Amino acid sequence: MNKFRLTRWLISLPPTLFLLIFFAVPSLIMIVTSFRFPGEYGGLAPLTAPETTAAEGDSGLYGMTLEAYHFFFSDILYAEIFLKSFVVATTSTLICLIMAYPVAMLIAQSAKKYRNLMILLVVLPFASNFLIRIYAWMIILGPESAFSHFINSVLQAFGFEPVMMLFSPFAVLVGTVYVHLPFMILPLYTNLEKHDPVLLDAAQDLGANRWQRFWLVTWPQSLPGVFSGSALVFIPVLGMFAIPDILGGTGDILIGNLIKDQFLGTRDWPFGSTLSIMLMLAVLCVTGLFTLLARPRVPR
Amino acid sequence: MKHTNLTLWLAASLVYIFLYIPLVIVVVYSFNDSRLNAEWVGFTLDWYYKLFNNQEMLLAARNSLIIAVSASLLATILGTMAGLAIHRYRIKVLPFLAFAPIAMPEILLGVSLLLFFLQVLNLTLGLVSIIIAHTTFCVGFVAIIVRARLQGMDDSIFEAARDLGATPWQTFRLITLPLIMPAVIAGALMSFTLSIDDFVITFFTKGIGEPILPIQIYTMIKIAVTPEVNAISTLFMLLTLVLIIIANRLDSGILQGEKKS
Repeated sequence: MNKFRLTRWLISLPPTLFLLIFFAVPSLIMIVTSFRFPGEYGGLAPLTAPETTAAEGDSGLYGMTLEAYHFFFSDILYAEIFLKSFVVATTSTLICLIMAYPVAMLIAQSAKKYRNLMILLVVLPFASNFLIRIYAWMIILGPESAFSHFINSVLQAFGFEPVMMLFSPFAVLVGTVYVHLPFMILPLYTNLEKHDPVLLDAAQDLGANRWQRFWLVTWPQSLPGVFSGSALVFIPVLGMFAIPDILGGTGDILIGNLIKDQFLGTRDWPFGSTLSIMLMLAVLCVTGLFTLLARPRVPR
Repeated sequence: MKHTNLTLWLAASLVYIFLYIPLVIVVVYSFNDSRLNAEWVGFTLDWYYKLFNNQEMLLAARNSLIIAVSASLLATILGTMAGLAIHRYRIKVLPFLAFAPIAMPEILLGVSLLLFFLQVLNLTLGLVSIIIAHTTFCVGFVAIIVRARLQGMDDSIFEAARDLGATPWQTFRLITLPLIMPAVIAGALMSFTLSIDDFVITFFTKGIGEPILPIQIYTMIKIAVTPEVNAISTLFMLLTLVLIIIANRLDSGILQGEKKS
C-alpha cells in the first residue's frame, strides 16, 4: 500500500508545488506590495527604513502603509476609469450577445454533420494571433481605408463632418467585440443544442407566434448559456489593455492601461498592485454574480 | 417557419463575414505592392523578402519557438500530472491552483509574476521568466483536457491492472498513459499555440534585449505600420491553422475512440 501512497505524492506534488510557487506566492506578493511604500526611483522602498522614504511624513508600521489605497480613493479619476471599464465591458458583452445569438441558434438548428464545421469556422479566426486581429481593424478603420472613405462620403452627403474612426472609443468597441465574440458563441451553442424542439412545437400548437415562442420558450431556457458566455466576455474585457492601447485614442484609458502604466511607465509598484487588487475584487464580484445567475433554473 | 430561417441565415452569415473580412484583408495586403494598406497597386512578394532578411524578426521567431517548445513541454508534464491528481486523488487545492490563472484577466498573472521575479527571485527577465510564466497558465489547460479524458473512462481498468499485480509505474506506463495519450498530445498542441500567441503575459515578463515575436509585432504596429506586419501575420496564421487542423484531427480521433469502446 505504501507504494500507492508514494505514487500519489509523486504525481500530485510537482504540479502543486509549481503552481504554489509561481501562482499562489506571486499573488500574495502582489497583495503585500500594495501595502508598501514606492521607492524613490520606482520599485519599492526598503522595508527596514520607511522613515527615510515616506514623503508624506507617514512612516507606517514596519514599512507598511495604506497610502496606495488612500491615493486610490482620494481621486475621483480612478473611480471614473473603473466605471468606464465597466461600461465598456457591459456594452461589448451586450453587442457580443446580440451577434452571437443568431449564429449559435443557426448552428444548433443545423444538421449534425454540419455543426462541427460551423463551429470550427467560428474558432478559426480566434486562433490567429490576438495582435493580428486587432491590427486588421487598424487597416479597416484607418483614415485611408476604403471603408473610412465610404463612411465619410456618406456623412458628407448628409452634411456631417467627416469622422476619424481609428483611435476612438468606437474602434475600441469594435476590436473588443471582434476578439471576444467566440467566447459568447460557444457556450451559447452548447446550451441551445440541448433544448428539446418538442417544447417549441407544443408552444406553436398552443398558438404562440414566432416572437412568443422565442421569448417565452427559447430565451428563458438559454439563460445559463447567456450568463456563462457573458462572464467569459466580461471578465477579460474588464482587465484588457492592448486593445485600447492600439485602437483607442489618448482618452480611452481603462483599468488595464492604468495598471500597465504603473509597472512599465511610472514604476509605482504599490499603486499598481493596489489597482490590480481592485481589479481582482471586481472580477471576483462579477464571477460570483454570473455563477449565481448561470445556475440552471429549469428542473430536469 | 421558412421566414424565420431566412432571417436567421442572413444574420448569422453577416456575423461570419464580420469574423473573416479582417483576416482576408490582412492576407491580401501582404501581397500588395504599396507601403500603404489603402488601395491595391499590384502583386508582390517584397514584404516576405524583407521579412526574411530582417535579422531581428528571425531572432524573435527563434526565441518564440524556444519559449513555446519549452513551456508546452513543461506544461504538458505538469498538466498531465495535475489532471491525474485532480481526477484520481481529489487533491483539494489543485483545481483552484490550476484553473484560477485561466479564469482571471491575464494582466493580473503578468503583474504578479513580474513582482515575484524582480522582488523575490531577483531574476533578470528574459527567456526563462517567460517560459515559467507561460507554463503557469498552460498547466490548467492541459489539466482540463486530460481530466476530461479520464472522466470519460472506466476507472475499473486501473483497478484490474492493480489486482493483476501491476506496480503503479507499470499501470501508468502500460494502461493509463496509452489511454490518455490523445489528450496529452492535444494539450501539448494547445499549450504551444497559447504560448506562441501570448502577448499580455509576455509583455510583463519579458526582459530587455531578447526580441519575442508578439512583442515585435506590437512594436511594429505601434511605431510604423508597414505591410511587413501583414506578411508576418499571414505566416503566423498559416502556422496556427496547421496546428488547429492537427489538434482537431486528434480531437475527433478521441471522440471516435470513445464511440467504439
